[in-house]
Amino acid sequence: MENKIDRRSFLRIAGSSLSIGALYSVFAPLARGAEGEVLTRTMAALNGEPPAPFSFIQLSDTHVGFNGPPDPLGTRAFEGAVAAINKLKRRPELVIVTGDLTHDADSPDEHARRYKLFKQIAGKINAAQIKVVPGENDAALDNGDMFREFMGPLHYSFDHRGVHFIALDNVSRGRPEVGAEQLAWMKADLARFSKTAPIIVFTHRPLFDLKPEWEWFTSDGDAVMNALAPYENVTVLYGHIHRENFHQQGGTKLYAARSLIFAFPDPATPGVRKPLPFDKAQPFKNLGLRFVKGQRAGRDLRIEDVELTMNEYSGTVGMDQMLKHGTSDTIEE
Amino acid sequence: MKHRKLVVTLLFAASAAIVLASWAQRNGIDTANLMRFATAAEGPRVIEIKAKKFQFTPSEITLKKGEPVILRLTSEDRTHGFLLKPFKIDSDIIPGHATDIAVTPPATGQYIVICDHYCGTGHGNMKMKLTVVE
Repeated sequence: MENKIDRRSFLRIAGSSLSIGALYSVFAPLARGAEGEVLTRTMAALNGEPPAPFSFIQLSDTHVGFNGPPDPLGTRAFEGAVAAINKLKRRPELVIVTGDLTHDADSPDEHARRYKLFKQIAGKINAAQIKVVPGENDAALDNGDMFREFMGPLHYSFDHRGVHFIALDNVSRGRPEVGAEQLAWMKADLARFSKTAPIIVFTHRPLFDLKPEWEWFTSDGDAVMNALAPYENVTVLYGHIHRENFHQQGGTKLYAARSLIFAFPDPATPGVRKPLPFDKAQPFKNLGLRFVKGQRAGRDLRIEDVELTMNEYSGTVGMDQMLKHGTSDTIEE
Repeated sequence: MKHRKLVVTLLFAASAAIVLASWAQRNGIDTANLMRFATAAEGPRVIEIKAKKFQFTPSEITLKKGEPVILRLTSEDRTHGFLLKPFKIDSDIIPGHATDIAVTPPATGQYIVICDHYCGTGHGNMKMKLTVVE
């Protein structure tokens, strides 16, 4: 029976652009039919719990508190994302946020205010659970103290419908690294699972050398990837680069999500990294959401790109009114 | 009297240099290499680089391919990073003491050094240019 089953197809992750973040649908694609039932039982025996279909959303880089060039919209995209999530026909069971929830502030009081505002906006999301990891703006200057105070632990793991999630912190040591202690924790955490277990790692920075001169890397990312390599169904979701990106290393697939503040250019762009300029006519351009659904028992993927429109800000509200709350603040990341 | 002594000393030094150069030439010794050897005996060139929010000083340095140098890194305020990935250099710069990094540029080209220890809201702009020439 095992020869007929492609275990790698058991977990399908997909995304489509709704301009607000990333919506992933996790399938047990073979769960339908006699063969699927056998597979489900097998996976349940191996992994403790059979994977079951569910959807979740990834948001990233909300940078609450940032309000200035290149994006004068402040939290508008974040709030738009929350509204869009709440309009979904199926309430997501889980929302993950892959770092830079807040924009760094020189004053601890101001940074605390930004955390409170993040929690206030995120608290309106109609989802059963919200899970977060820190970005360098949240946690790199104080080794994560304020993040712990407002959001909880910097790294952890949990299970959801047969999928094992690992929240990995690659920012709070100041440098782009996970560190030996956390790596040992992750290895011990993984050791409980069979090699077929569906695993989703979510973190802030890319775990591979996407573009080191733009600080798009994790210095000990190779060690993390090597620890994940024996597992057959691993997906890594991350943020930091403020744009979509896909990379495959061995059997592990790594997806970057768009930000909810402003976009960075293609890593193939030569020279220094500069945010893409704000386009008043398309203020949410490049601030995206990926929405992918498996089709025909998960064998195919259907990808939809949906652009967040400006309808809600048209007419009497208008773009100028939308922009008027913006205050000057300088930042590049 | 003092002036005469100085002249004699200089004449002696010049004569010794001529004799040494002549001896080196007779024995097939490249005098340019001899000079390089003498310089190397003094140790590699030291280049001081200061880091502070959110800049390196100097912001641009030029090195010669194959020439060993010491990059002496200091910080004027807080911990910064010094990442030059193509040369496998990744170091913290901690305030209060100098961090020496020995480097022999293996190839010509232009490289970007970045601070990879987060240091605040201007951190992403903290970089310097390193040029390696023949």
